[in-house]
Amino acid sequence: MSTAADSSRVADAARKVVQEHDPTRVPTREFLAACFDAGLSWVHFPEGLGGLGVSRGLQSVADGILQDAGGPVPFALNPIGYGMAAPTLREHAQTDELKREWLRPLATTENIWCQLFSEPGAGSDLAGLATSAVRDGDEWVVNGQKVWTSLAHRARWALLLARTDPDAPKHKGLTYFVVDMQGPGVETRPLRQMTGQAEFNEVYLNDARIPDAHRLGAVGDGWRVAMTTLMNERSSIGASGSRRGTGTIADAVSLWASRPDLHTPVLEDRLTKLWLRAEAQRLTSERSRATATVGGPGPEGSVGKLVGAELNQQVYEFCMDLLGPEGILYDDYTMRDMERTDDWRGPLQQRFLRSRANTIEGGTSEVLRNILGERVLGLPGDLRADAGKPWKEIPRG
Amino acid sequence: MADQQDARPFVFSEEQRELRTAVRRFAADNADEQAVRRLMESDPGFDTKAWARLGSELGVLGLSVPEEQGGVGGTLVDQAVAVEELGATLYPGPVFGTVALAIPALVAASDGPVRSELLGPLVEGTRTAAVAVADRAGAFDPAAVTVQATRAGDDWTLSGTVERVVDAAAADDLLVAATGPDGVALFAVDATAGGVERTPLTTLDLTRRQATLRLADAPARLVAGPDEAERVIGHALVVGSALLAVEQVGASQHLLDLTVEYAKGRLQFGRPIGSFQAVKHRLADMLVDLEHARSAAYHAVWALGDGSDDPALAASIAQATCSEAFARIAADTIQLHGGIGFTWEYQAQLYYKRAITDAALLGSAEQHRARIARLVLDTASGDGAPAVATG
Ligand SMILES: Cc1cc2nc3c(=O)[nH]c(=O)nc-3n(C[C@H](O)[C@H](O)[C@H](O)COP(=O)(O)OP(=O)(O)OC[C@H]3O[C@@H](n4cnc5c(N)ncnc54)[C@H](O)[C@@H]3O)c2cc1C
Ligand SMILES: Cc1cc2nc3c(=O)[nH]c(=O)nc-3n(C[C@H](O)[C@H](O)[C@H](O)COP(=O)(O)OP(=O)(O)OC[C@H]3O[C@@H](n4cnc5c(N)ncnc54)[C@H](O)[C@@H]3O)c2cc1C
Repeated sequence: MSTAADSSRVADAARKVVQEHDPTRVPTREFLAACFDAGLSWVHFPEGLGGLGVSRGLQSVADGILQDAGGPVPFALNPIGYGMAAPTLREHAQTDELKREWLRPLATTENIWCQLFSEPGAGSDLAGLATSAVRDGDEWVVNGQKVWTSLAHRARWALLLARTDPDAPKHKGLTYFVVDMQGPGVETRPLRQMTGQAEFNEVYLNDARIPDAHRLGAVGDGWRVAMTTLMNERSSIGASGSRRGTGTIADAVSLWASRPDLHTPVLEDRLTKLWLRAEAQRLTSERSRATATVGGPGPEGSVGKLVGAELNQQVYEFCMDLLGPEGILYDDYTMRDMERTDDWRGPLQQRFLRSRANTIEGGTSEVLRNILGERVLGLPGDLRADAGKPWKEIPRG
Repeated sequence: MADQQDARPFVFSEEQRELRTAVRRFAADNADEQAVRRLMESDPGFDTKAWARLGSELGVLGLSVPEEQGGVGGTLVDQAVAVEELGATLYPGPVFGTVALAIPALVAASDGPVRSELLGPLVEGTRTAAVAVADRAGAFDPAAVTVQATRAGDDWTLSGTVERVVDAAAADDLLVAATGPDGVALFAVDATAGGVERTPLTTLDLTRRQATLRLADAPARLVAGPDEAERVIGHALVVGSALLAVEQVGASQHLLDLTVEYAKGRLQFGRPIGSFQAVKHRLADMLVDLEHARSAAYHAVWALGDGSDDPALAASIAQATCSEAFARIAADTIQLHGGIGFTWEYQAQLYYKRAITDAALLGSAEQHRARIARLVLDTASGDGAPAVATG
């Protein structure tokens, strides 16, 4: 396979889309539909499913052209859809018809997706979750409570991990499903976060019914399917943009440049260190894209998530320290929904508070360091109090 | 060897992978830890026969020397692959003086009999060189030159002192920056000539030696005149910074591998110490630092080759990142080995001393950050700064 030929194929397709569907004129959904049809949503996906069957490293070629022409960043509009649901559906949905049925409206952002993984009793220890799914003919009946579900209030579809065998050890008794968030038995209640807004939710499942056709992967194989989702999640969250100086660090650098009256040498070195860390991570993402194959992301994606999350926090801590007394004000704590528009991240202080979640969501930094230590470096695992026990005998709380 | 540009940044060719394997094997055969210790405690500090084989058999001392100058016409990436592997074993020999600085300086100088006469034996490994140019944070500063050049007809003589010249004690050729009647130029001095006095110094890192160079009317030949000396020396320092960064990556990778193995095998409290999160998480942070260092160093060697970035900025990014990473990884290596890490017998100390030495050469991380601040922050725009809530 010639990379150069693939690269120009991707570039040609992107230029054609931009020419025929000028993103500054046509509605976003129409533009994103054209991208999907041209195979530019996930270039490494098969043709017909939003891809061109080329190396995933070439996604940046497409994104560069589409976004330079004023196209949206689709990940920001449907983050769980683009980052996590799409790769999981592509790999595990039962038929090509279902894949197409789910992927195209996902790509256009007509259908927002959410992820029903975490529960009050199962966060880092995701495999310990308690929500049950019981087979009833061609359907499954689901009962339980999920929490911290981002975008559940806007979502049409959800990725669900549920327990189908409480007698098996915890990783073995899980099965993975797609749930209709508008179906009966699914109730969503907003949760307010420290920024004042309600970005995530509690979701109650009371006898919610799922057709067996909407199961992803085999019964009892849910953990393996969930790993597809989580590895993709981690490699898609990150602070660094694809061009030098873009991403979160741009907030600190532009604020610095706009306030020469606040400069001190100590702050300057602190900002330079942050810039350097962001640049080193950007180059690392570029390097892993360049060397990536058609397959999914490996555990190395955890590096980007770990660094990105901590860097986000440090960047906004820097901004707050730069501003001093000017920074300790806020705009509005009224509880409201987060519109995912261009400036959805809000004023600086909101971004600052929001960054506290970065080291928790999508796997805490402690869990990520465990993953890097165990999965990448091959270090021995922790002592486990729950190893090998049937799930129902494991202490919880 | 790739004969033109390396096509895609960060992607090594099949030939480059083979080159890596060959250099790694050579280093394992000729510079295992025992050999390194033996050589570092004897003179001249390296195995001259093995060095010549590196030049002639493996051909890895002047990989980016163009064919018309007698080289193999590879790229800086090829050279970086070799330097990374030599760094992994602390290969004793004048990698810094000869490969990282002298050869790049000569390649950048304009053609002439002096250059071709010097370059061949350096690339072959039959002679070695050191560069006696005091840098300021990895950049050339003509005002810092401490040697005077005097002309008598076609001949030049040099007088003055250069402190702490890496690889000078054993070098055959010395490239010296000196101020003459028309400005600063770069000269070559035969180390055995009259008027050349070298005082070997006891260095923190015994595998990377230094000497103080005193010249008293020492005969010299012109390599690069005042019209090009600044460019030539500047080029050598930037290439040297990138290659030093790659060496730091090679050594850091070795230490991470070493420490991971130790943490898997060492049992305390009835478990491998690598199962304790305090140990595991430190190792995870070492991995992140190493990945960042590798990306920054590779970016520099690729960018210097294909011109895709400002060379000074790319070199400073690499040096600021790799100096810190190697020093921290080496310190953590000692820590995670417990008492044994602090001993003379264990190899951690050798790498720690190299890490501290490399960090100080060609500019510290702090100095490179200061340069980055000038290049990046001073030119940044305040447009698009986030709104600040005003209550
Ligand atoms: C803004 C936001 C959005 C989110 N969106 C979603 C979503 O859309 N869908 C979804 O399913 N979930 C979502 N989450 C949930 C998130 O995945 C969990 O919060 C996270 O995995 C941690 O679980 P927990 O909150 O139960 O904390 P716990 O797991 O109870 O952790 C508490 C503390 O203990 C530490 N800890 C736990 N286990 C270990 C260990 N083995 N070693 C070391 N330290 C450990 C943790 O690092 C943490 O510091 C979201 C969270 C946030 C904050
Ligand atoms: C200069 C010096 C002087 C000394 N003097 C004396 C003396 O006078 N008398 C004497 O009896 N001893 C002495 N010691 C020995 C010293 O007490 C041990 O070196 C120390 O306890 C560490 O043990 P270790 O070297 O076996 O390393 P290990 O215990 O093998 O530790 C290796 C690494 O694993 C970490 N580690 C181990 N267990 C855990 C855990 N449970 N959680 C997290 N991390 C862990 C350690 O912190 C270290 O980083 C001395 C050591 C030194 C370096």
